Amino acid sequence: MAGKVKWVTDIEKSVLINNFEKRGWIQVAENEDWNFYWMSVQTIRNVFSVETGYRLSDDQIVNHFPNHYELTRKDLMVKNIKRYRKELEKEGSPLAEKDENGKYIYLDFVPVTFMLPADYNLFVEEFRKNPSSTWIMKPCGKAQGKGIFLINKLSQIKKWSRDSKTSSFVSQSSKEAYVISLYINNPLLIGGKKFDLRLYVLVSTYRPLRCYMYKLGFCRFCTVKYTPSTSELDNMFVHLTNVAIQKHGDDYNHIHGGKWTVSNLRLYLESTRGKEVTNKLFDEIHWIIVQSLKAVAPVMNNDKHCFECYGYDIIIDDKLKPWLIEVNASPSLTSSTANDRILKYNLINDTLNIAVPNGEIPDCKWNKSPPKEVLGNYEVLYDEEMAQSDGSDRDLRSRSGQSTGTKGNRGRDSGKPVLTTWK
Amino acid sequence: MLEQDSGLSLTIARIVQRLKGSSLHSQLERQARISLHNPEIKLESLKEDIKDFLKTSGWEKKLQNAVYSELNVFPSPCHPAAPPEHMKEPLAYMRKAQGSWEKRILKSLNSMCTELSIPLAQKRPASEQKELLNKWNEMGTDEPDLSLFRPVYAPKDFLEVLMNLRNPNYENGEQLSFRNHLGLIQVPLKVKDIPELKEDFSELDLNVGQLGIDDSAQVPPEFFENEHVRIGQKVLAEQDSAAAQQYVRQGCPTALRADLWALILNISNQPEDILYYEQLKSNVIQHDLLVDSLIYKDVKLTASNDDYYFVFEDYLYQVLLCFSRDTSVLEHFAYSSATPPKSYIRDLPSSLPFSSLVPSSGKLGIEEYAVFYPPNGVIPFHGFSMYVAPLCFLYHEPSKLYQIFREMYVRFFFRLHSISSHPSGIVSLCLLFETLLQTHLPQLFYHLREIGAQPLRISFKWMVRAFSGYLATDQLLLLWDRILGYNSLEILAVLAAAVFAFRAVNLMEVTSLAAAEAVLADLSTLKVMPLLQIFLFATVT
Repeated sequence: MAGKVKWVTDIEKSVLINNFEKRGWIQVAENEDWNFYWMSVQTIRNVFSVETGYRLSDDQIVNHFPNHYELTRKDLMVKNIKRYRKELEKEGSPLAEKDENGKYIYLDFVPVTFMLPADYNLFVEEFRKNPSSTWIMKPCGKAQGKGIFLINKLSQIKKWSRDSKTSSFVSQSSKEAYVISLYINNPLLIGGKKFDLRLYVLVSTYRPLRCYMYKLGFCRFCTVKYTPSTSELDNMFVHLTNVAIQKHGDDYNHIHGGKWTVSNLRLYLESTRGKEVTNKLFDEIHWIIVQSLKAVAPVMNNDKHCFECYGYDIIIDDKLKPWLIEVNASPSLTSSTANDRILKYNLINDTLNIAVPNGEIPDCKWNKSPPKEVLGNYEVLYDEEMAQSDGSDRDLRSRSGQSTGTKGNRGRDSGKPVLTTWK
Repeated sequence: MLEQDSGLSLTIARIVQRLKGSSLHSQLERQARISLHNPEIKLESLKEDIKDFLKTSGWEKKLQNAVYSELNVFPSPCHPAAPPEHMKEPLAYMRKAQGSWEKRILKSLNSMCTELSIPLAQKRPASEQKELLNKWNEMGTDEPDLSLFRPVYAPKDFLEVLMNLRNPNYENGEQLSFRNHLGLIQVPLKVKDIPELKEDFSELDLNVGQLGIDDSAQVPPEFFENEHVRIGQKVLAEQDSAAAQQYVRQGCPTALRADLWALILNISNQPEDILYYEQLKSNVIQHDLLVDSLIYKDVKLTASNDDYYFVFEDYLYQVLLCFSRDTSVLEHFAYSSATPPKSYIRDLPSSLPFSSLVPSSGKLGIEEYAVFYPPNGVIPFHGFSMYVAPLCFLYHEPSKLYQIFREMYVRFFFRLHSISSHPSGIVSLCLLFETLLQTHLPQLFYHLREIGAQPLRISFKWMVRAFSGYLATDQLLLLWDRILGYNSLEILAVLAAAVFAFRAVNLMEVTSLAAAEAVLADLSTLKVMPLLQIFLFATVT
């Protein structure tokens, strides 16, 4: 038995620290020898920056990939997905098939998005096609709902661009850039309320891609009744489901925190809409997550010292189509309620069980395929190696079918023959 | 033999009487008339031809379902010589106890009314009506000051009353007999023992396929589930209430539950039903009732804080406020031991009904101006909204949700908060629970009793709420499947006992009521069907 894992973190959260202590790991300072560092995205930038020239040794593991922002910055994510679609199209892949309106049938899962100011002209062109649409503006570099606003007139965007230009054109670096996305104005409502899905996805390696889906995701509800009317555009509580935003609303409830488990969502949808459409929805959610990861895999620095747990934000529209809104590199570990604390504690626990096998001093050269027993609430979402070796393909499929608790040939009858090819 | 025959003819007479006034009756008549234009209907065999026509066109099935529904709801008639109140409750001391409990509730309601100087009912000014109409779908965002309101009563107040129930004709005295019942309920009612329960709930046996069991040894669960779904679809296609009721004893597939329950309860959400709901809604808009505040308060105290149900807060207002105005609910008092409370209109008759309804004592009030209050005769108590909350998972149309809830209430839930000797009544459930524990887990029962943690003190609230708010929703729905399937609430008492059995090891270690409550505080991880099966069928008795 080798020595104890030495850990560091720059995020003082009890759900982390309790998990480290439970394993008997030893806390050390950042400048000492460490084996495991749970760090913020700011720190990861320094660790891998050219100047600091940090070299990780084989027994060191960190919780981010060096250029995770290829996925977790919305502008880059959109760019990567667009490129991925084009590549598939060039290859003549059936996945890149388009419908009669020129929309991708299987790869149209991010709301139309542009960078501003860079893509201003493209945006105007798109806006004119559908002048009654509403768009959501979000600063590239900010999180937790900061700096977000909605627009539904071209004049508003003109005014915004004038204002920001006149203020100080020089300082308008990429930091000041915005992404503008088509606002999903027909969201699925439950109990009359709007919500989004927060799902946790763990990636242990990008090449080959191996990712896991956490079964205990949740829906985050707006506290205010949803109204698509434009008069409410200013009331952010109607539109944004971030807990960080909703907490400031008057109706915020500290017992459940506006959070509803995914199993509640499934029960509700299956009861009111039927089993097939519900299964299809969840299959599509899995599909878009895998596609988003495949889209960034080629550009991701697949450093062997890294793993990452992402927070996926997904909105479902009233036709039960899921839309990928964005991906978070450091999902909040703050617990808003008692249940939330349990969930996040278990999330970290299961993540560590996969990332740091047996809680022993890591060797980053291991093959990164943990046995099924340690997955906890994670289930294999996609395993590229498995999918590529024909023989084991079927095995994986039946296994993942089992672990999701679904029966028979779900997904296979969803009218998407291609779905069979990816699992 | 003769008695049975006369009972049957009484039942038939009553059902005919009740269906005569129904819309189904007029629809049948209309259909029969229309069919006369049909060339297949011959004058010489008119009666038979029309019967055939009604059969093939599906109307006979509708009539069958309506008759079946009546049979399920109404008790079989008493002896012709028995006085009418026997249909409500045959035991005089039970009727009396219920009567004085009602007086207490009404007094409490009236005194709140007087203290706060708020009328029981008043017409809303036009501006307020408009405002309410506008925010009908988001009443939850309203934050009126309800700090002065308190629930009229909570389950534990009701338990105190049940504990003090005695049969004056029965000497259960102080002397110990070995048969003595050592629980809190001290009235002699016949409750079932395990062999009888096994027979009643025979479809729950270990060798029968069940939804809600993952690891049945007999049939591979996948195979059973697929087959069960297929049969369920067939039952729905047949539109046969009786078949549906038999079917759900083995549990409903999630996707079929909403339709199956509606079929069992004979709810079809016809245009006239939607219209009826809209009328109730406009009654809510027009008049402000004191009970509205009680409903509001109850939702805020219970469902709004619930992990499963907070999403549906607005639906609960839309159902419960309409429910309080629904005078058709009064019909259930024909077979309920309860009697709707009355209040008196003070300023007389020129004003609109309800223009201002204030409480006054029976003596001062003039009987002619007495009205039922609330109009449906049901005073909500702490936790009442939890009867509606789980149904929100099944029905997203408010009018349908409303009808399902109303039917569930007049068939089942009213029995959980009125004093009666009915086998599904709360008194019998309590006694069944205590008897099961005392007989089958005597050590546990005595231990808890010794440390001052009478089991019923913990399980009472579960049963009063039919476990709503205690179990995870998927499990609760599996439980309610069986309530509908067996047309009985007895399963609640069996489950309560099974929960104690399941946690028996931990409970044997506690030394106080608080510690026992802590062991049983979280039921949300329990799996209902395995617990029931093990308790009923796998325990050596």
